[in-house]
Amino acid sequence: MTTQEILDKLPYSKPFLFVDELLQINENGSVGTFTYDKDLDFYKGHFKDSPVTPGVIMTETMAQIGLVCMGIYLYGDSNAEMKAHVMLTSVAVDFMKPVFPGEKVTVTAEKVYFRFKKLNCNVVMKNEAGETVCKGNISGMVTAKLHE
Amino acid sequence: MDKKELITELKTIVTPYAQDPEALDNIGEDTDFIKDLKINSANLVDVVLDVEEKFGIEIDNDSMAKMLSVKAAIEIIEDKLAGVDRK
Repeated sequence: MTTQEILDKLPYSKPFLFVDELLQINENGSVGTFTYDKDLDFYKGHFKDSPVTPGVIMTETMAQIGLVCMGIYLYGDSNAEMKAHVMLTSVAVDFMKPVFPGEKVTVTAEKVYFRFKKLNCNVVMKNEAGETVCKGNISGMVTAKLHE
Repeated sequence: MDKKELITELKTIVTPYAQDPEALDNIGEDTDFIKDLKINSANLVDVVLDVEEKFGIEIDNDSMAKMLSVKAAIEIIEDKLAGVDRK
């Protein structure tokens, strides 16, 4: 499956799509980027007068690139004609640095295991300076898409 | 390893994932991982992976599907340890 095919299968759209590019994907991991547009709606309220990217949005970005793209790829290997659905089941993330409006981040995921439909990945997010802004472990269940 | 020891080992494995402390305290052969211990399906996978590691066995998809209670888990572990592939 090509990176473009995976992007086409993502079930998100603006304003909740947090993958711009999928640079690399294989059986062991994925690499992707996203730029947080300074006009994203949540910056108006997080925080009042001092916009910072919310941790939940950074977590979602890591999950979309590191877990959902990986899940679609791994599922597609064995079920070419079916669409995968990835349900988030657990997250543990440490945050090191803030991400401000307009910043571009790169997410790198490494598969820990994919067994009995459960995908578990270690995921790291870096800013353009190459500094780690957050990292953690994310897992979810990969199943056939619930509905078309 | 007898049944009692196996149950003790299983209790240690399921403790981080069990959501019902009382059912965990009273764990026995008839305990159901999902109905009694309230373990969700994602954590049930972790239970199985921990069982594999603890006992040095490999659980296949069929066994995973059956492993829903302490009793079933004990049967599967005993079979795998004995090298029997019960269909």
